[in-house]
Amino acid sequence: MEIAVCLKRVPDTAEADVKVDASGKDIVRDKLAFTINEADNYALEEALLAREKHNANVTLVSVGAKESEEVLRMGLAKGAAAAARIDSASLGDTDGIGIARVLAAWFRDKKFDLIFTGCIASDDGNSQVGPALAELLGMPHASYVTKLDIQAGKITVKRELEGGFLEVKELSTPCVVTIQTGGNTPRYASIMGIKRAGAKPIEQAVGKQGQPPAGTVPVFPHLIKVYVPEVVGAAQMIEGTLDEKAGKMAALLKEKGAV
Amino acid sequence: MSSILVLVEHRQGAVRDVTFEMLTAARKLGAGSVEAVLMAENCDVLAPSITPHANKVVCVSGPAFKEFSYEPYQKALVKLIGEKKPSAVLIANSAFGTDLGPSLAVALNAGLVSDAVAFTEADSGFSVSRGMYAGKLVADWAMPSEPAIIMVRQSNFKPEPASLGGAVEKWDAGDVASGAKTKFISLEEVPTTGIDIAKASIVVGIGRGIKEAKNMPLVQEFAQDIGAVLAASRPVVDAGWLPKEVQVGSSGKTIKPKLYIALGISGAFQHIAGMKGADTIIAVNKDPKAPIFSVAHYGIVDDLHKVVPALRTKIKEMKS
Ligand SMILES: Cc1cc2nc3c(=O)[nH]c(=O)nc-3n(C[C@H](O)[C@H](O)[C@H](O)COP(=O)(O)OP(=O)(O)OC[C@H]3O[C@@H](n4cnc5c(N)ncnc54)[C@H](O)[C@@H]3O)c2cc1C
Repeated sequence: MEIAVCLKRVPDTAEADVKVDASGKDIVRDKLAFTINEADNYALEEALLAREKHNANVTLVSVGAKESEEVLRMGLAKGAAAAARIDSASLGDTDGIGIARVLAAWFRDKKFDLIFTGCIASDDGNSQVGPALAELLGMPHASYVTKLDIQAGKITVKRELEGGFLEVKELSTPCVVTIQTGGNTPRYASIMGIKRAGAKPIEQAVGKQGQPPAGTVPVFPHLIKVYVPEVVGAAQMIEGTLDEKAGKMAALLKEKGAV
Repeated sequence: MSSILVLVEHRQGAVRDVTFEMLTAARKLGAGSVEAVLMAENCDVLAPSITPHANKVVCVSGPAFKEFSYEPYQKALVKLIGEKKPSAVLIANSAFGTDLGPSLAVALNAGLVSDAVAFTEADSGFSVSRGMYAGKLVADWAMPSEPAIIMVRQSNFKPEPASLGGAVEKWDAGDVASGAKTKFISLEEVPTTGIDIAKASIVVGIGRGIKEAKNMPLVQEFAQDIGAVLAASRPVVDAGWLPKEVQVGSSGKTIKPKLYIALGISGAFQHIAGMKGADTIIAVNKDPKAPIFSVAHYGIVDDLHKVVPALRTKIKEMKS
């Protein structure tokens, strides 16, 4: 069985001061730490579990600049068999569907039973790549999957819906599955794995958007600008030294009946 | 006149709130007649709840539409959108909607923008705002081509009453079931076995700022001090430090306690959706720009690992 996992390298912005760059369309990246997209890490783990249970081969693919190889190496260190980087230099601004077109052009002449992606990218928050890629490849898909059972010619998945519901679904293979966080426990790479991964080759491909479909060529959505949102109805800040802040908060808790 | 199609989302026989939020946003757009697309096993059942909110309800019945499954919905919508040529199609940015939207856009060769929080008509097409970096930035997108598929964030627009009394138009989707590659099996509800956080009046929410499992006792003891129940953001539950049933947010529980104390939670909209109804919200976060401070009533910018012990000392002093 052949499984592919699509990985994205993203900046970790949870605690960072995110600033807009001179282009007005992107953020200042040089002071940020980068990592594998959180949901992609769960997707990778799901593939590695299938590798152990079903003797599957795991291939990784990432669309991005040279630095994206960091996440590919990490995946190789954990046990993936092969990796490819599709260079994004010539792509310009693209949304998730644009990235799906690039991936589809790479996938088209290859044969995979399952393609995994994360359910959302933590930077753009789009949730587009998996389902769009499936449609471009003529495959079925399921998104936000936390449980997955692989059988002959089909898989059964549990999709997470709002409010604590799970949808159980069956899909024929080949198919695309987008993985939600929390369904497994992503492993860490071993020192041996990291050493071995350093020597493995990474296939280099060039990103192509593929031929636009026949008929009229639409003008796809494009980014105008990004900006820091105006804070509306902001919190009343409790200021002072640590001791003063704690004192004021304790008084507040008392006022609210918690003490 | 051009039209705006709004896809009605329903589950287990009930129309989901996001439908009325989208219909309100579509009416305010003033860009054309608002047409709700209701696909269901028997759409006559739900149509009366929609007609006040739209100029027209396109009523599509069939067994394939009993459950929300992207495959039959996509087949029907490709045909319907081809016939109606709307200027925009609004779909919820929900677990169902985002399963459908991107593949529908590819099938139609149309543009799509995800997780929209505001949209207006532009000289050509639409202009759409959406969040990025978990709410730290907003991005404005131009959608010049029609139909523009706009995925609308849930719990973002306030639903408003209306009395349009839209006509019901029956529409036949034809065969949408043959050749299906996916099959709906069942819907499972995750049972609450322990504490129901929705019933607590004081809730302490723990976020990724807690950093490690070994720090959990600190906040557990704090919660005990103030008679609160412990809840969490998704990453804390994903890590297995607290059970799923105490997760607050769109894929967890929606709670409206008297007091919610958010410790080390950034304030992603999926979390905010579950706790913004609290009477009082206090947030402790070391990042002054954390989006949580835009929904909190009170905020402290500091390290929770320092604030919580200091606070416990103060509370002990007050009690004695
Ligand atoms: C379909 C879907 C459904 C989702 N459903 C939910 C849901 O139901 N509930 C939910 O919560 N999330 C949900 N999420 C995830 C959501 O998008 C966010 O990723 C999540 O809410 C982030 O949790 P967090 O704030 O704890 O972590 P982060 O975003 O990583 O934030 C951690 C915060 O802690 C602060 N911090 C760090 N260290 C300290 C310290 N020492 N002292 C004080 N502060 C500190 C940081 O400044 C930061 O603001 C969902 C996502 C998807 C895609």
